[in-house]
Amino acid sequence: MPEGSGLSRRDFIKLAALGTGALSFLPGCAPSRSREWIFLSDTDAALLGVVADRIIPPDSWPGGKENGAVRFIDTQLAGPYRRFRSDYRSGLDAMTAACSGKYGRKFESLAPQEQDSFLRAMESGALREGGWTGVSSGKFFAMLRDHVMQAYYGSPRHGGNPGYASYKMLGIDYPPLIGQNRYRL
Amino acid sequence: MKNRHVNALVVGAGAGGGVIASVLSNAGLSVVLFERGGWVSFDDHDNDELLSQRTTVLGNAFGPDDERYRRVVINEDGSTEIVYPSDGAYNNVAACVGSGTVSYGAMAWRFMAEDFTMKTTYGRVEGSTLDDWPITYADLEHCYERAEWEIGVAGDSSLNPFAAPRKKQYPMPPFAYNKEATLLESAMKRLGLHPFPIPMLRNSVPYSGRPACIRRRTCCGFACPINAKCGTHNTVIPAALSTGNCELRTNCIVSALTIDGSGKITGVEYFNGENGKEEQTADIIVIAASATETPRLLLNSTSKHFPSGVGNRFDWVGRNLQGHAYTGAFGLFEEDIFDDVGPGATLAISDFSHHNPGITGGGILANEFTRLPYLFSNIRPPRARLWGEEHKEFQRKYFRRNIQVVGPVQEMPFFDSRVQVDPAVRDSWGIPVVRLSGHRHGRDAEGCEFLSGKAEMILKEAGAFRTWRHVPGGGLSGGQHQAGTCRMGNDPRSSVTDRFGRVHDTPNVFIADASLHVTNGGFNPALTIMALGYWVGEHIASEWERGNRFS
Ligand SMILES: Cc1cc2nc3c(=O)[nH]c(=O)nc-3n(C[C@H](O)[C@H](O)[C@H](O)COP(=O)(O)OP(=O)(O)OC[C@H]3O[C@@H](n4cnc5c(N)ncnc54)[C@H](O)[C@@H]3O)c2cc1C
Ligand code: SF4
Repeated sequence: MPEGSGLSRRDFIKLAALGTGALSFLPGCAPSRSREWIFLSDTDAALLGVVADRIIPPDSWPGGKENGAVRFIDTQLAGPYRRFRSDYRSGLDAMTAACSGKYGRKFESLAPQEQDSFLRAMESGALREGGWTGVSSGKFFAMLRDHVMQAYYGSPRHGGNPGYASYKMLGIDYPPLIGQNRYRL
Repeated sequence: MKNRHVNALVVGAGAGGGVIASVLSNAGLSVVLFERGGWVSFDDHDNDELLSQRTTVLGNAFGPDDERYRRVVINEDGSTEIVYPSDGAYNNVAACVGSGTVSYGAMAWRFMAEDFTMKTTYGRVEGSTLDDWPITYADLEHCYERAEWEIGVAGDSSLNPFAAPRKKQYPMPPFAYNKEATLLESAMKRLGLHPFPIPMLRNSVPYSGRPACIRRRTCCGFACPINAKCGTHNTVIPAALSTGNCELRTNCIVSALTIDGSGKITGVEYFNGENGKEEQTADIIVIAASATETPRLLLNSTSKHFPSGVGNRFDWVGRNLQGHAYTGAFGLFEEDIFDDVGPGATLAISDFSHHNPGITGGGILANEFTRLPYLFSNIRPPRARLWGEEHKEFQRKYFRRNIQVVGPVQEMPFFDSRVQVDPAVRDSWGIPVVRLSGHRHGRDAEGCEFLSGKAEMILKEAGAFRTWRHVPGGGLSGGQHQAGTCRMGNDPRSSVTDRFGRVHDTPNVFIADASLHVTNGGFNPALTIMALGYWVGEHIASEWERGNRFS
């Protein structure tokens, strides 16, 4: 990184990715990678699925995971969200480390209340454990939350919200019907 | 191969550029219209909220792209950041034929007479470059009328007692109110206010060979699937092309003006669709590239005659970047209000546009465009949970039971809010990029406090059981309503162009976009920009007719 350029590391990575397209992403170790995901490992995907279900919990309507959050995130990390890859890599690693430091267990095996209080600590930026070097816990949580919302409420063409499930939940038709009053108010 | 010399070239096929290309080619001048983007239609992006021009998280459907474009932002703490078009901090409008007029919400406001005489009306404002325009509302009135009839506006100004005087009504009747507007209308009337249908650049009835609007929920931020929305791409630009005098060159990025040894501006250099460098010469050069890209082009055009950029002898190019301090309030209701009658915004009041005690200016208030599901997931009252069961329940319960009333507060121009070119960072063609810095004038917060309070009062009167305000921060403004960076004026030491948009010090370079605005009104700006396109274009055409070749 050029010294004294005033650019943050994230900017530099974005720049490098833009300039040459050749910046390959090197994860710390080589986790198992199934054919199901383009960028994520199976471990990442499992963790993200559980987080997505805390951000949008399942009830009589699908939770974040069932409504395609992981597929959406994986697809975007191979597309427009390439620039968030390093945030995801270091954020997921820090989450895992923080969780084993704090509870001695994986996030997935915590009780839902524990998961929520862990996520709240992330959200407020108060989570110290885990060595958040690449991305702060608050910023990573905000990103996760936002991406899960996008998956849940956005167009199915991006990998989430199959069949516009969330539109059904909100009672808005898709495709939109024109010229009739569908819902008597 | 050398390009054939033409009478006029126009950089940018947006609101201002589309109009002036039509005026000049209809007057018989040969014209080349440059556009860095291409033609984009509804079919390319459909109803996709996540890359609409309003919610750009996955990119801008109407350009520019994140791969080739970037800007530098100087934060208030002095740190430097590179930003991309899908970031809000980039302050994008669009990059395609028609630019913002393809995907805009299409509110079609005329400014009021006071908006052209802000300094005379309100006096000096400490720390602001607030000033009068060198032209008045009366000068521009017939240009507004041309814009309304040639591009197409639906409305009824007789219901707005504060509207500036006009000679001719709108060509189309107004749109009917949706349910939220009906509710607000009676509340406003009970409060003694004067609600009226928002004038819209959309067909309420078939007009100009295009059909009437079918009122979809995806309008603001999207292209119209049936061509009922009126932008420059489906009106004046086709009209320009049909004269046979205008050639539109899409996917061409103009990088600088060309200047000969005597200091005369001879044309432009640009990158064509294959990234090859070409030149185009013309007698007249019109820049209409938006309030951020127009100053960039001038500043990137230097020679020994223009060491700090064309038009920049007194350091006014890129200064006074302004937009609108968009402010208002949300209200929650006990009953269903959402009737899915697009585009949502249908009713406004102009009671608070001017002459508010203690406030410099003001703004209209209107009900807001449809809040689509993802956008709504970020709308919550203060202290509400942003995720989890409560968030999901709120989404379900209130998606159909909320109203937002908002308006653009007129900002006080601030000299140090500015567009420069970055000394180091370049776009993918190697052209130095826009560098943005500055912040809003302190006065704008007072306007927001005032107007959002009125919005909240109206929502309460309409029956909202819970209301909360939203007010923008004091950071840099610009955004989709960006304006002011090459203001017109009578004094060359404190403006960039004369009253006809001609750049001081150059006989043949004109500007015809939002950069010209001395102040930005308390109204969405597109119709005023279009009117300025006619104003500058008519001047050039009549001078040309008299034999003036601007040399
Ligand atoms: C989602 C959205 C909603 C909006 N809603 C409203 C509304 O309801 N009412 C309203 O009044 N306004 C609205 N606006 C704002 C309105 O669209 C803008 O104010 C207006 O388009 C600005 O006009 P302009 O001529 O200054 O610039 P633009 O219209 O942006 O035109 C500039 C053109 O120049 C091109 N260009 C730039 N640089 C170069 C170059 N170097 N070479 C070649 N071409 C170049 C750009 O690609 C662009 O096409 C909205 C905008 C958006 C995006
Ligand atoms: S609301 Fe009307 S103008 Fe807007 S996109 Fe739909 S049909 Fe077109």
